[in-house]
Amino acid sequence: MGPPEPEAGESALGAPSVAARLALYQRAGGIVTPLITAALAFAVGGLVVLASTGKNPIGTYHAIFNGTGLEWLFPWVSGAARVQAAYNLQQTLLVTVPLVLTGLAVAFAFRCGLFNIGGQGQYIIGSIVGVQMGIWFAGMPKPAHIVLAIVVASCAGALWAGIAGFLRATVGAHEVITTIMLNWIALWIGSYLVGFGGPLQNPHDNSIPATADIATSAKLPVFWGDPVLQGLHIGFFVALAALVAFWIILNRTTLGYEVRAVGFNPEAARYGGIGVGRSYFTAMAISGFFAGLAGAIDLLGWEFHLDLTVVQGSQIGFVGIAVALLGRNSSIGIVFSALLFGALLTGTSTRALDPSVFQPELAGNLTRIIQGLVVLFVGADVIVLYLWQARRKLRARTRPGVQPEPSA
Amino acid sequence: MADVPVLELRSITKRFPGVVANDHIDLALERGEVHALLGENGAGKSTLMNVVYGLYRPDEGEIRIDGKPVSIGSAREAIKQGIGMVHQHFMLIPVMTVAENIVLASEPTHAGVLLDYDDAVRRVRALSEQFGLAVDPEARVQDIGVGQEQRVEILKALYRGAHILILDEPTAVLTPHEALELFEIIRGLKDQGKTIVFITHKLKEVLEIADRITVLRRGKKIETVARAGADEAGLARLMVGREVLLRVEKKPSDPGEPLLDVRDLRVLDSRGLEAVRGVSFQAREGEIVGIAGVDGNGQTELIDALAGLRRAQSGHVLIRGNEVLGETPSEVLDRGLGHIPEDRQRRGLVLEFSLAENLALHDYDHSPISRVGWLFPRRMIERARRLLKDFDVRGGGPNTRAAALSGGNQQKVVIAREVARDPSVLVAAQPTRGLDVGAIEYVHRRLVEARDDRKAVLLVSLELDEILSLSDRILVIYEGSLVAEYGPDVTEEELGIAMTGGGREQEAIA
Repeated sequence: MGPPEPEAGESALGAPSVAARLALYQRAGGIVTPLITAALAFAVGGLVVLASTGKNPIGTYHAIFNGTGLEWLFPWVSGAARVQAAYNLQQTLLVTVPLVLTGLAVAFAFRCGLFNIGGQGQYIIGSIVGVQMGIWFAGMPKPAHIVLAIVVASCAGALWAGIAGFLRATVGAHEVITTIMLNWIALWIGSYLVGFGGPLQNPHDNSIPATADIATSAKLPVFWGDPVLQGLHIGFFVALAALVAFWIILNRTTLGYEVRAVGFNPEAARYGGIGVGRSYFTAMAISGFFAGLAGAIDLLGWEFHLDLTVVQGSQIGFVGIAVALLGRNSSIGIVFSALLFGALLTGTSTRALDPSVFQPELAGNLTRIIQGLVVLFVGADVIVLYLWQARRKLRARTRPGVQPEPSA
Repeated sequence: MADVPVLELRSITKRFPGVVANDHIDLALERGEVHALLGENGAGKSTLMNVVYGLYRPDEGEIRIDGKPVSIGSAREAIKQGIGMVHQHFMLIPVMTVAENIVLASEPTHAGVLLDYDDAVRRVRALSEQFGLAVDPEARVQDIGVGQEQRVEILKALYRGAHILILDEPTAVLTPHEALELFEIIRGLKDQGKTIVFITHKLKEVLEIADRITVLRRGKKIETVARAGADEAGLARLMVGREVLLRVEKKPSDPGEPLLDVRDLRVLDSRGLEAVRGVSFQAREGEIVGIAGVDGNGQTELIDALAGLRRAQSGHVLIRGNEVLGETPSEVLDRGLGHIPEDRQRRGLVLEFSLAENLALHDYDHSPISRVGWLFPRRMIERARRLLKDFDVRGGGPNTRAAALSGGNQQKVVIAREVARDPSVLVAAQPTRGLDVGAIEYVHRRLVEARDDRKAVLLVSLELDEILSLSDRILVIYEGSLVAEYGPDVTEEELGIAMTGGGREQEAIA
């Protein structure tokens, strides 16, 4: 059968779930709509730059691009520029890694029809547990210590998200509310633990609200760049593995089948014998595992200790929402989406941006504007879809055919 | 004197990617007639009327109103031309009153700013009396019944000055009694000079109400016939293109062991009231037990309890002698229950899943489709390919999204899934709702096949025709209890009386 036949899809679209609408969005726009969304966000961001500072937005974006290190991918760049680009790219990828993971966290929950807004809290929990696991077990051989710390920290994140999943499954508490609340709880638990006089504060230096450094046996090895200058660590491969695991779980396991079925139509899933509540809990737990993993990797990879400012100031979990939305909740999409946001964050940092082109303090805000715009445009996917369809309609109108005469 | 047709369609063609929904259709509506548009699901009836109502633009062809060619680019323009449409799925705002819904977007106002509610109520009352459509202007839509909702939708169109009224499958949501009331209303509207287009696939209704009948098949107009001289068999043949069995042929039943044993089942509904009050019955192998009753007398809760989807207060349900009451839906399905649920799009299928995934909806958890949690999509697809062929599902292959199929084919997928699991007891709830003649014939054949295959079939349906045609034994449910049992030779009158409480005073719910 064709396409917009009201009979076939209508009842389902009558009261569409978010997952169903997202699926529709996916199908209607293919890969083009996310590109349009990103382009629109950048365009509006550029307008803001122009209107507020009078600077040339193209020049600004060019300067930002220079700071991302992406030009390292171009084989014609060489010499000192290449070395600088390599360093920049390492930094970009260092930020991209946790973004991939928090993006996967949000995406996995979305596939089950759930909004996990709690990525930030789960990330913090992962950091807290990660730092402690890194400080203890100092004598362990390196690979074992790393694996232990990562697994335990991720499971902690899973448990944290599982609370929201459990509440949704049993009493129907909406996960948007519970995960946001849990974010705050995690933040304040973390603040208490690593703050002045807190139980996890560095016992050898109580002038800073931060934990001690983790043992060297827990630090992730660096495989590209200089470890002293914060090169790229193997967490990069963990992120890649996570992307593959995401796809495998969803498409090659019975668990993933259940998650997807519940995400599209919980009623039909129930009638088919699937435990909907159980799927909600499991989806949230896996989601939290990814987010907790992000926290652990960042900590073991380059932070090495947990700081009050990081606990309270980090936004990685929230950017993950934008990453998942733009990446349309798929592995491939999330890779590019995370890279885009990672590049933006690095390119606009004070270190990278040429102050004569654009004030770095403002550049950080520009990034946030663009992030917000992406979420806005993705949320208003109808607008992007409409523009996309309008282009098709315009083409159809210029096609020759018998058009009914306008009424006399 | 040549009477100019009030609405004329010339060579209307509408294409969608991969299908020609309307293929050069000509139609001429005479003023003041009731014209039925008859065809199977997917024949193009709704598409054609959506073109008339401005929701689609035709790729070719012309629309003429009173002889003048017009271009209808939107519903607003259609309304201006005096065309009104009542869709199958109502578009009313539940929290607003009837009057507010009717005047929506064309409200009477004080000085053009404030809503003049009293005027709105007055106008609605006047309109209601003029056309004999009984509504309570001050009632909230969420509190009124479906029959009244439909009258509100019709009034909406009349309020905007429609003199051509298009009704899309209007009886799909009505009880037989409400349908009769609707026909009275249609006759009344006709007397007032309105022209009615009645889209349906139900042959009986067409013969009841129409003056002329246009049959569509696969996007083409087959023929327009007058009511006089038309009969069910002839119309069915036009619709489907071949002889159609209107009454299922089956061997006499030879019931054996009871496979389903229900004893003293009590179930509460979602509001906590008793919906099933101590129901006991059996379904034996090799027989079809039909449960007849007006919608809302406990059938839904009964089936939900059998399938484990709703907790029962007390009682026993045994499948092949095993107690299944209290088990999870998955366990009940494992015990040998096959369930064709009531609403195939909400409960039967995951529309965004492929056909292969839908066909595996219960079996994904067992080998060979999966082992220890690992899914083998290729096996799922192979199995699906087999089933789709065996069950004659058209419109796509194993990787087609279920949403892309027509209603009849979607139901075939649900049936394929349930029957292929070789259940002991097959429960079919409203299995032919919204399906056309060809699909209905198919479903009935499959149910009889299941029965001949020594399964016990439990059929719950609101269509008396279906119950009478298929059942070997008929039970009547009324207000949660089984009030009567009949053989297949019972008359519709007797059934109708039993369904409404057996001669007791029963207020028709408006």
